[in-house]
Amino acid sequence: MTKKILILLFILIPIKANALIEVDITRGNLNPLPLAVSPLSIDEESRKGFEKILKKENIGSEISNIVENNLRTSGLFNPLDKKAFLQAPDIANLKPRFEDWNLIKAQALITGKVNYVDDKLRVEFRLWDVLAAKEMMALAFTTVPNNWRRVGHIISDKVYERLTGEKGYFDTRIIYVSEEGPKTQRIKKLAIMDQDGANNKFLTLGNELVLTPRFNPASQMVTYLSYFKNMPRVYLLDIETGTQEVVGDFPGMTFAPRFSPDGKKIIMSFAKDGKSDIYTMDLENRIVEKITNHPSIDTSPSYSPDGKYITFNSDRSGYQQIYVMKNDGSDVKRISFGNGLYGTPVWSPRGDLIAFTKLHRGKFYIGVMRTDGSGERLLTENYYQEAPSWSPNGRVLIFYRETKTNSKGEGFSAKLWSIDLTGYNERQIKTPTDASDPSWSSLLSN
Amino acid sequence: MRLNKILKNTLLVLTACLVLSACATKKEVATDIQGQMQGDVYTGTDTVEYLADGVPDRVFFATNESILTTASRETLRAQAAWLRKNPSINVVLEGHADERGTREYNLALGERRANAAKDYLMTYGISSDRITVLSYGKERPVDSGSNPLAWSKNRRSVTVKAN
Repeated sequence: MTKKILILLFILIPIKANALIEVDITRGNLNPLPLAVSPLSIDEESRKGFEKILKKENIGSEISNIVENNLRTSGLFNPLDKKAFLQAPDIANLKPRFEDWNLIKAQALITGKVNYVDDKLRVEFRLWDVLAAKEMMALAFTTVPNNWRRVGHIISDKVYERLTGEKGYFDTRIIYVSEEGPKTQRIKKLAIMDQDGANNKFLTLGNELVLTPRFNPASQMVTYLSYFKNMPRVYLLDIETGTQEVVGDFPGMTFAPRFSPDGKKIIMSFAKDGKSDIYTMDLENRIVEKITNHPSIDTSPSYSPDGKYITFNSDRSGYQQIYVMKNDGSDVKRISFGNGLYGTPVWSPRGDLIAFTKLHRGKFYIGVMRTDGSGERLLTENYYQEAPSWSPNGRVLIFYRETKTNSKGEGFSAKLWSIDLTGYNERQIKTPTDASDPSWSSLLSN
Repeated sequence: MRLNKILKNTLLVLTACLVLSACATKKEVATDIQGQMQGDVYTGTDTVEYLADGVPDRVFFATNESILTTASRETLRAQAAWLRKNPSINVVLEGHADERGTREYNLALGERRANAAKDYLMTYGISSDRITVLSYGKERPVDSGSNPLAWSKNRRSVTVKAN
């Protein structure tokens, strides 16, 4: 369903190494960097060309809006009001009058141009350091017009990377479970959308209960739990072709699936006779391996990014706690020792942290700890929230939150939320229906 | 009608208390929500359906537990007797959890609860061939409330006729 990315990328002007503006993303950013996103300029002929195909009056402004929205929601940037801009977009892209941009307190400026060339969308953009009066970056893309939203996301990623020194996370998608209906009979469907909520699509019809979809970090495959024919099993779904298959041949419930970092294995739990153990299945040779063997509940496994370790939760101590072991199941160590119950550990793509859900004194927390369990930090507290999933750059967590019902059992809702690793910038991600179990994809373009 | 129900519940609890050699939970019983819980195990009958006369379809559990209470064992013995009398009937044991846990752990917990019920039925002579276990975790609550009483009704294993 998604076309392989057709984007030619070439550098117009070599990037200078001396970064003048720098955004520190390791701390909570209470003073987001003020910057100006000048609408991409477009000539009348190109404007009309795109209006015909894309039904958008001015595709240049639309792409800028995507960039502006992405940068704002990151919490690190403060895009300034366009009404205050003094310079016309086309002239700004040629040679910004830095005094004008300085006057409105913009420290960085994004300008650009859109052209309709041979039925293709050609976009160039530049990032300027206003105080130093210098160009920081200039890039151009040519792609099919339908990719225009992705162009906006890619520009956002390039700007983010240039200004923070780390990869962005805007050209990504979220797979999640759409929820409708009363709490006692929820209808659940797999759904997918762009990271900013656009292009929402349903992938299943809601005939059977589906839970916990997770992206393959290396491809457009998804693994999830389906109650097809009332047999809860882990499935594999190719979101490009729509084909799906059950994973392995287990005489009972398989659940809590995730991919290995190279995308070649699925790790999951298999429940039998009241105990749940962790298994892997190699997707090429179909070999199944049993990783844990304990009379307790061992579930929610997640690999370290190098694939050498696995974190999971187990109630082998009597209560649900987080453990780390080698990928063959040896050397099991408990790492959570704080008060309360700990679940849903997920290893950061950067490798240094494990995000988790904690239940303590009737409250649910999303938190992070180092991989040895030290440095526990709780990011957010609520009535009910769980299942954090990392942005591909390891800077943002997406999770879901459920509301408490009133005395009549009314008022239930489930929504997606995100929060920065710093504990700042908590925000709801809008979905057409209620939503849960989000999983963040890798960057679609690299 | 309502008074009748309350009286019935109180009687049930009292009977349960008498059965226990030491009635350590007496004080709790008196203060529990509408007398429908003992500890945090549901003892009411609001949600209970019957497989046959005198054969309740479900048993209830304490938070995070899969241990069968005295009342649950009594229910399961009645189910076992009914299944022995009706050898052509097969059952699905549907295990459930309340909403106060992570989804994946709750799936495992529901499976563990249903298996606790299955094991007990098997010790009373019911072949495992006749029993299928199915966990719904926290996906299918019977009570949509966000309070201890609602949660206690949702922590359950329900025996459902499969044919």
